[in-house]
Amino acid sequence: MPMLLTIRSLSKSFPGARALDQVDLDLRAGEVHALLGENGAGKSTLIKCLTGAYRRDSGEIRLDGAAISPGSTSEAQELGIGTVYQEVNLLPNLTVAQNLTFGREPRRFGLVNGRAQREEARRMLSGYGLDIDVGRDLGTYSVAIQQIVAIARAVELSGKVLILDEPTASLDAEETRMLFGVVRSLRDKGLGIIFVSHFLDQVFELTDRLTVLRNGQKIVTEETARLDRVKLIEHMLGRELAEVEDAERRRTDPEAKNRSELIRFENLGRSGLVQPFDLAVHRGEVIGLAGLLGSGRTETAELMFGVRAADSGKARDENGDVACGNPREAIGSGFGFAPEDRKTDGIVADLSVRENIILALQARRGWANPIPRAEQDRLADAYIQKLDIRTSGADKAVGDLSGGNQQKVVLARWLAMNPRFLILDEPTRGIDVGAHAEILRLIHQITGEGMSILVISSELDELIAVSDRIIVVRDRKHVAELTGDDVTTGAIVRAIAADDGAHK
Amino acid sequence: MTANARLYPLFATIAIFIAAYAICWMQFPYMLSTRVVGNLLTDNAYLGIVAVGMTVVILSGGIDLSVGSVIAFSGVFISVVLRDTSLHPLVVFALLLSVTTAFGAFMGLIIHWLAMPAFIVTLAGMFLARGAAYMLTIDSVPIDHAFYEFIKDSYYLMPGKGRLTVIAVVMLLSVAFGALIAHRTRFGASVFALGGGVQTARLMGVNVGQTTVLVYAFSGFMAGLSGIVFSIYTGSGYPLATVGTELTAIAAVVIGGTILTGGAGYVVGTLFGVLTMGLIQTYIVFDGTLSSWWTKIVIGLLLLLFIVLQKGLLKLTGTQRDAALA
Repeated sequence: MPMLLTIRSLSKSFPGARALDQVDLDLRAGEVHALLGENGAGKSTLIKCLTGAYRRDSGEIRLDGAAISPGSTSEAQELGIGTVYQEVNLLPNLTVAQNLTFGREPRRFGLVNGRAQREEARRMLSGYGLDIDVGRDLGTYSVAIQQIVAIARAVELSGKVLILDEPTASLDAEETRMLFGVVRSLRDKGLGIIFVSHFLDQVFELTDRLTVLRNGQKIVTEETARLDRVKLIEHMLGRELAEVEDAERRRTDPEAKNRSELIRFENLGRSGLVQPFDLAVHRGEVIGLAGLLGSGRTETAELMFGVRAADSGKARDENGDVACGNPREAIGSGFGFAPEDRKTDGIVADLSVRENIILALQARRGWANPIPRAEQDRLADAYIQKLDIRTSGADKAVGDLSGGNQQKVVLARWLAMNPRFLILDEPTRGIDVGAHAEILRLIHQITGEGMSILVISSELDELIAVSDRIIVVRDRKHVAELTGDDVTTGAIVRAIAADDGAHK
Repeated sequence: MTANARLYPLFATIAIFIAAYAICWMQFPYMLSTRVVGNLLTDNAYLGIVAVGMTVVILSGGIDLSVGSVIAFSGVFISVVLRDTSLHPLVVFALLLSVTTAFGAFMGLIIHWLAMPAFIVTLAGMFLARGAAYMLTIDSVPIDHAFYEFIKDSYYLMPGKGRLTVIAVVMLLSVAFGALIAHRTRFGASVFALGGGVQTARLMGVNVGQTTVLVYAFSGFMAGLSGIVFSIYTGSGYPLATVGTELTAIAAVVIGGTILTGGAGYVVGTLFGVLTMGLIQTYIVFDGTLSSWWTKIVIGLLLLLFIVLQKGLLKLTGTQRDAALA
């Protein structure tokens, strides 16, 4: 069968990182093709190269046999490649009809003909099973309807290839079903559809074939029906069950079970985010949180630290209730949280290493009670030495440091607060292998001093290496807890992959 | 099916105007004469015209602080050129409009090219235009021309002896023209798109640079036209005139139901905003005992009311969507 879209040896590099390495992809007309991979696997880069947002470094893209090289989103659109993103890229303050016909409004005597515009919009929406008033603002409709309107516009403008980038991330089950109906009918009309999602159930339900990317490389392209969940997750995480049983493992402290309890989270949860869970944290313990992207692992941390308000449950320690309803309270209760995206949520790039380290400490003291400069210098120098932060001085801007050293600065900030419970979300994301090992060594060192840590990571090896205990999260539920000899990559992958029926 | 939520602020504006007029009428029955209506339109003509330009700017998510100075510059420019040359006023008007339109376009260009906030760029424009007015003259220059007399003397006598002046008609036509541009052209759709989100607008194919330049050029044109009308209204040009008019215009736009962050509103609402503000002034004149600063207090209260209303409305549409999601 002739391919609608073929990609050969596509490569794209950014300073310091090879985002795509010789990637091949074939898309047939009339198929839904899933594109899978963890964060940083290269999915978004590939899509941006297709839609003209990025220029590829090398490789070839052919559409209907002809080589193409779109330089902008609109150029890609004219060639026949339309994209619908997770956040609807339409204007909520315009009417549905205006959004659908934007740039091609029917006109009479130079003025937009509103009646013809609404008729055109209704024609475009016919076949999508939507019976809505196209004269109303798009923003008054649900995200699902906005999503379908966006699809209708993309199909009308391009009509050959439709890229759906996490279209279901903010939809509920009923809405997802509605969206899938639309996608299937478009497939039957002969469109080639690329479907990006991290909901594996949806991938199995909707797609005909799938391609897995990892670390910028194509790992496999396969008929969806010929893969099972375990195999798929192995591809995504890059682990073969057989080879991992002997992965290096933190020596579990036999005393661990006898260590006293530090904090107990009871029935903590928020509907739509994470189902209520119980979790007891012991002194000096490292808890690993494993799960795929979007499974609820980061959300669990956000609930604990009060970044998002929980609608049920509470935290308590030996002295009674612990306040953690918002980050300020959580910090007051001795919690710390180093978030996943260091660049946007962690460091303040323009401030110096010293200022970044004392930031949280100063915030706790209040602005009226500044930390004396001598004390600041002492703290900064102490942590630069202790964590081996490679910087020419405490007054260098953090933005100039390498990723690993930035991460250490974030770590130093929380250690300066001397918390009793520290949450690290993807502490080794985007840093090189050497720094990687150092961060892990630091985690061991910290817990040796009595602090408790919760680590979230997609790198199973890393989790296994540092954790005393691993909680597996799937579909926004805490589904399994692994301790002692059960902590193996195989067990984690099986727990992530298990269907609801099989694993309750 | 209920009316589109975007219409609520416009309804609120019109309802407030009608209610205010009713209160005035109950106290002073003469308020409902065509004379008062005629004066209301004439006295606020220059404000109405400049507010139309401001509405388009605000709809695009921008702001134009230069317009008050541009009006003053326009008056001075016209009066000085008429005094020193023998050009016909209509030629002078054409000259002036090309100057103010180019001035606006230039500001739009800088805003787009340098990716600077409109607030700062037009603030600079405000000082530039005011300075340029001073450079032409520091005195109040009277305009003494047969054409000006002719325009002042031509009006339509409405039943009840109210006068519909030329400048009032120019204002009403400006509103109609502005409404057409904003709501019935592709350019207008692009303006709303910019106000809804620059990034999204670009993805949908809006030429962001061109639209930004045109928006500020339009505002410059309207400010020039307002300057012409103001010079006819006062019969002179004075560099210290219309200080702060840009803020009054912004107030009229917001009271007219346009959301200050852009992307939602109606040009015709601005007309009602201007008329409501004019009505308060008229009421104070009728009353005779109230000091004129009451105008400012009432306008301040109205502004607050509208800000609260808009916030509530955003919440309301938000919950509607949430409800639809659930």
